[in-house]
Amino acid sequence: MSAQIVNPSNEEELVDYVKAAQSPFAIAGGQTKSAPDADVAVSSSEIKGIDVYEPGALTLVAKAGTPIEDIEATLASEGQRLAFEPGDMRGLLKTKGTPTLGGVMASNASGPRRIQTGAARDHLLGVRFVDGLGNVIENGGRVMKNVTGYDLVKLLAGSRGTLGFLTRLSLKVLPVPETSLTLRIEAPNAEIGVKVLSAALGSPYDVTGAAWVGGESFVRIEGFEGSVNYRANRLESELGQFGDVSKHQTENIWRNIRDAEPFHKIEGDVWRISVKPSDGPKVLSALPGQGFLDWGGGLVWVCVPPKTDVRGILDQITGHATLIRGQGHGPTLNPATSDTKIILNGIRHKFDPRSVFSAPQAVNP
Amino acid sequence: MEMPKPSRFVLSKKDQIVAALLAVLPEDAVISDPMETQAYECDALTAYRCPPMVAVLPRTTQEVSEVLKICHAEGVPVVPRGSGTSLAGGALPTADAVILGVSRMNKVLETDYENRFIRVQSGRTNLSVSGAVEDEDFFYAPDPSSQLACAIAGNIAMNSGGAHCLKYGVTTNNLMGVTMVLMDGTIIEIGGAHLDAPDLDLLGVVCGSEGQLGVVTEATLRILAKPEGARPVLIGFDSNAVAGACVADIIKAGVLPVAIEFMDRPIIEICENFAKAGYPQCEALLIVEVEGSEEEIQDQLDRISQIAKSHNPVELRQSSSDAESAAIWLGRKSAFGAVGQVADYMCLDGTIPVSELPAVLKGIEDLSEKYGLRVGNVFHAGDGNMHPLIMFDANKPGDLELCEAMGADILRLCVAHGGCLTGEHGVGIEKRDLMTDQYSEIDLEAQMAIKDVFDPKWLLNPAKVFPLSVSQDRREVRS
Repeated sequence: MSAQIVNPSNEEELVDYVKAAQSPFAIAGGQTKSAPDADVAVSSSEIKGIDVYEPGALTLVAKAGTPIEDIEATLASEGQRLAFEPGDMRGLLKTKGTPTLGGVMASNASGPRRIQTGAARDHLLGVRFVDGLGNVIENGGRVMKNVTGYDLVKLLAGSRGTLGFLTRLSLKVLPVPETSLTLRIEAPNAEIGVKVLSAALGSPYDVTGAAWVGGESFVRIEGFEGSVNYRANRLESELGQFGDVSKHQTENIWRNIRDAEPFHKIEGDVWRISVKPSDGPKVLSALPGQGFLDWGGGLVWVCVPPKTDVRGILDQITGHATLIRGQGHGPTLNPATSDTKIILNGIRHKFDPRSVFSAPQAVNP
Repeated sequence: MEMPKPSRFVLSKKDQIVAALLAVLPEDAVISDPMETQAYECDALTAYRCPPMVAVLPRTTQEVSEVLKICHAEGVPVVPRGSGTSLAGGALPTADAVILGVSRMNKVLETDYENRFIRVQSGRTNLSVSGAVEDEDFFYAPDPSSQLACAIAGNIAMNSGGAHCLKYGVTTNNLMGVTMVLMDGTIIEIGGAHLDAPDLDLLGVVCGSEGQLGVVTEATLRILAKPEGARPVLIGFDSNAVAGACVADIIKAGVLPVAIEFMDRPIIEICENFAKAGYPQCEALLIVEVEGSEEEIQDQLDRISQIAKSHNPVELRQSSSDAESAAIWLGRKSAFGAVGQVADYMCLDGTIPVSELPAVLKGIEDLSEKYGLRVGNVFHAGDGNMHPLIMFDANKPGDLELCEAMGADILRLCVAHGGCLTGEHGVGIEKRDLMTDQYSEIDLEAQMAIKDVFDPKWLLNPAKVFPLSVSQDRREVRS
């Protein structure tokens, strides 16, 4: 079903639309995810632009519809970046569109560096959003440390358009390091792979990527050149006990992991599963299909036959599974326990009492 | 400071409530003698005091749940308390409240080096979390100055920071999961040894909610491998503005120090008199600390020194040994004690964009003149977390009120410059009435809606965070 797209040209028009809405609508950012399952989608694409950028304070404030590539280009001109490495799912989902800041934050999209620098939510300093009644609400600000009142910023990050329509966001940005080096360590199976990654992550060498793909573990170090060489050499000698180690100056492998590139050309449901790192290999061996590990083993990407009951199979393992591509078993997000569900539903009801934000993919049954 | 009137109805039921608590807790865990409850009359914000009706010291999550069920049924307000080190009055009781202290819940429940986490009961002190993993060369990163005494429960309630959070983040960035008891006694688990939330980020909103959403009894915390070493450099400048510009340049250059501390002239003088750390007498001092191997440290210190030299420092002293590092830190670490020797003081923690440092420092100086009270500034400059210390004389009638009025003006100044009221101490009662300076009524309504969901009767940690006038309707529903 293709939805009618509404493009408010600013926040005021958006507020008017929300206040007048008589039936549910989906919130669309750059439309890089699957088509919304609603008659109408309201897009943030016209609510865009960078309002403030202070390189010396490591902060940027931009409107929600600002394309991520615009933000990255602006940051790059000052040698800075979004450190949490948001992914680009267009290749996996066969969609077009443009990833936006609002979309990235509403889905708390974080890539391989999440283990070292934190998730998207950890880089979000402030939000401005429109709730389901059309109220414009602000929380947080544009400073690094802020404990003034409840942290609704974290709550909005990853709320997938169910609590509010994000209109403006303040971010913490970080310098691009001088250089980056990736170590490849032979690791024939996932268990050995995670042992290698745990050894690297348990070292003082500030690893910024730790993945296992296709019989090899990958460990990334970033920083000033002398420091990177020093740490790479130390890790090379410490990880040598597990298998042959080689060093590479490439970011491609991390982009491929971030965007689930191994699954772009194969059919099947794609799931993203967050578990304790040492449980990663168990998840891989319990499920059919193909998979690889990011976040030191704690993030399992799998491509399984359509409608595989992934959550049922993983019943005994603590964590959560999100369906990224396909028509799998049950809801997209992991269902909550009954006590937590009361809270989740209670919060959604408070922010959207008329249920105008239709986000079927996110809602628990 | 206005506090809600205690409920006479609750007070009249004291004996019955104590009996009910004694039925679910051991005798030594229920404190109801007014001589003894007095020990809980305040936290580190000692200007405000009020003994609670009862204090309880449970040892398990189950006991916490039993206590909360009783209080919920009887409509008794509950004030959770970690170690009582809040500078914002976050654990100030009301006369009709039960203080729920978690100090006896201090066990380590699980350490897992392979997966890099530790699970502890929430009464465990911050420093002893690191202590539990230091033999394996790991540590827990958030390091509030009170870390020897403060409890993880309080760190979570206030989303505490510390000097090293420039690199490692604050509590919310290092907290992976909690076991929490809701006001009605329901025990819920949020997060755990895995990363990120399956749905809404409840952990994110619980952290920093000042004990108003639930009582956190257990926490899963991220632990990190200790760096190989750390050393600071001390840099003196002849103006605050130049020191501020130097901070911005260091950050822009891509060096990410673990800490950038800033002291202004009044603090430098007081610290030097007290600690004899050999600080130069100048307008502003920076202490910048970096971590890594010996070569990495030297490389970063050289880069920082290079940047500093372009700002014509009056002093530049790289530490080259542990003894020299200790000397550089000595003055800074004794700052609060040193100020305490010369005057009573009030410590604020407004946070501002780093670029606004010079303007805000000038504004504070003007306010100091206007009010006739001395102010010293010592703070985490890398993230703009100010700590103005207003000095006053508690024995002089009217001085405390003058100091509070000036503190409020300083915080308003921070907000006006794009900052916030509190960076790491929390709102508590101290900044409660200033919340409307930072947030609109609609903004506050959205925050209070969260409390409505977790604690519909508004019994947990009453009269904190939200101005009484703003929360009045909700609190009245209770009584």
